[in-house]
Amino acid sequence: MSRPDSLPNAVRDTFRRDQVFSPLRSGVRPVQPGELDARGKYILYMEEITVSFDGFKALNDLTLYIEPGELRCIIGPNGAGKSTMMDVITGKTRPDHGTCYFGQTLDLTRLSETDIATAGIGRKFQKPTVFPEHTALENLELAMAGPKGPWQALLAPITGEQRDWMASTLDTVGLLAERDRPAGALSHGQKQWLEIAMVLMQKPRLLLVDEPIAGMTRQEVERTGELLQSLAGEHSVMVVEHDMEFIRSIANTVTVLHQGSVLAEGRMQDVQNDAKVIEVYLGENVES
Amino acid sequence: MRHSDLKTALTDRAAKVFIGVLFSAVILVALLNLLVPVDSALHVSSYTVTLLGKYLCYALLALALDLVWGFGGILSLGHGAFFALGGYAMGMYLMRQIGDRGVYGNPNLPDFMVFLNWKELPWYWQASDHFGLTLLLVGLAPGLLAFVFGWLAFRSRVTGVYLSIITQALTYALMLAFFRNEFGFGGNNGLTDFKDILGFSLQADSTRVALLIATALALAGAFVLCRWITGSRLGRVTLAVRDGESRARFLGYRTEHYKLWIFTLSAVLAGIAGALYVPQVGIINPGEFSPLNSIELVVWVAVGGRATLYGAVIGAILVNYGKTVFTGVMPEAWLFALGGLFVAVTVFLPQGLVGLASDLLKRKRRTPPTAPQTTNKESPHEPA
Ligand SMILES: Nc1ncnc2c1ncn2[C@@H]1O[C@H](COP(=O)(O)OP(=O)(O)O)[C@@H](O)[C@H]1O
Ligand SMILES: [Mg+2]
Repeated sequence: MSRPDSLPNAVRDTFRRDQVFSPLRSGVRPVQPGELDARGKYILYMEEITVSFDGFKALNDLTLYIEPGELRCIIGPNGAGKSTMMDVITGKTRPDHGTCYFGQTLDLTRLSETDIATAGIGRKFQKPTVFPEHTALENLELAMAGPKGPWQALLAPITGEQRDWMASTLDTVGLLAERDRPAGALSHGQKQWLEIAMVLMQKPRLLLVDEPIAGMTRQEVERTGELLQSLAGEHSVMVVEHDMEFIRSIANTVTVLHQGSVLAEGRMQDVQNDAKVIEVYLGENVES
Repeated sequence: MRHSDLKTALTDRAAKVFIGVLFSAVILVALLNLLVPVDSALHVSSYTVTLLGKYLCYALLALALDLVWGFGGILSLGHGAFFALGGYAMGMYLMRQIGDRGVYGNPNLPDFMVFLNWKELPWYWQASDHFGLTLLLVGLAPGLLAFVFGWLAFRSRVTGVYLSIITQALTYALMLAFFRNEFGFGGNNGLTDFKDILGFSLQADSTRVALLIATALALAGAFVLCRWITGSRLGRVTLAVRDGESRARFLGYRTEHYKLWIFTLSAVLAGIAGALYVPQVGIINPGEFSPLNSIELVVWVAVGGRATLYGAVIGAILVNYGKTVFTGVMPEAWLFALGGLFVAVTVFLPQGLVGLASDLLKRKRRTPPTAPQTTNKESPHEPA
């Protein structure tokens, strides 16, 4: 339950948001949707988050921090609470207990989904959820950062700059040739990439990527790994995956979730030798 | 990606074809009515002129519904209410134009108010002495109602069948209110016995033709407006809201604002349709708020085909023509026919007649007798 190399428990305690920034805590000051203040050590602070569904705790006292520019992999068996954690970060699920801050000031447990997206958290869902009747390019247009009101959508034309940006993002994920195809006609892997491209069009500071390689071919998996690594640095990237080999190929820091809380956290080689982790993954070969 | 501004919406092929067909028909009917002698076989009766005008009002109403239902995914079962409100706004003006020519000859009050022993005109009738203010009211009354209703409903994320039910309740509640005499709109008799509009007699052929042309202009204008909107980024976001509202929300769209926008605009268009309808049929009464009207409207759009705009127009005209013919033969069976039609279209033609036509066209194109290499469904790649 600790971060062995970077953050001893004592230090962690001093970084607890509620101790450092008590005057800013929710309830004391109305939280406005607004600018991300990313000057702190972390960009995302999740502390003591609990989420129950009919008494069943999908998340149980979960505490997790993400640094700016970090590529963090979250692993854990099915039902560990990985998707639920992303739901909490994106405002889809409200925790029963605990705090969740984006930067220093944005209380994610109180902002709307829209405000959270606008503030700079992009999410790639587990199931690809592109808009099937829109073309690949139109999907990017929908996702593009910028004014999102109906009047602007009617009256402000797309600029040449924005066109170039969409094209280059499609190129990044290798879909430029498919720009005018309806997204519903793309292959599963292509939909996954299209969705990553859509998240990129939101200019997110934090990218949540839920099971990106499900249903991909080997080559596609490799490309996805490279893509995610190239995105880290400029963005903080949080990847949820089952596939150990994939994680090993891209991960710096790994967090293992189990029954709704953090079982282990650290570098991949440390984590996969952790006795608790091996026990949870019994049957799945962690070594190979 | 088609990004239309108003100019491209006016000049694109669909708009040209639509406007061309519409005005050819309307002008032909107008000329045959006004210039051809009554005893000629080619003469078109005033009854037919007004009937066509009525159909075009329905077409405009259907267009309004297609905008919210076809493109926005909001199945309003209360759009008849906005139509009726626009109709009442116009009816009030026409009532005031009667002046002292009513049965009671009161120059200051409409007959029904004299009958109710009212001494003066209520405040909400004051604007109806002016044609300009009436036009404002035609848009404002349905627009404001839709805005407030939509604001409450969409903000609380009422969707799907629940939204449909409350729109139905809305029109029902309005019907009950308008039935009441004290509400001030003529009770169950509604508003009728109109004499003239802008000084022109409503009985004159020329006035009827002018109203038909005005309706065609409104329909064409609304069509171009809707083409513009649905071809813009606003339209694509609206489709996205229809296909995946929560996904659109995660992309940073306040989806309720989009729904509200499109819903309010649609209500205004429906109100304009109602305002054009009333001088042509000569009466507006609370029956126009009947929930059944709103449901019939949904059938028109379903029959024509959703999310194409012209499908709604075609559906409205065809179904209403069918209704005119059918109710002439056996009026009591019309509701059954309508229900059967709706079921048949839902089951066999989910894309409506327009979808059927475009399927047939595609199939024809795809199997040219000499070309052997047509196994691929389509080749959507075009050089960018
Ligand atoms: N809306 C919900 N209602 C009830 N139970 C839920 C809901 N969402 C998730 N759960 C339960 O919470 C647990 C964690 O789910 P999830 O976060 O999807 O796991 P993971 O993504 O790690 O596989 C699962 O046991 C799941 O059944
Ligand atoms: Mg999951």
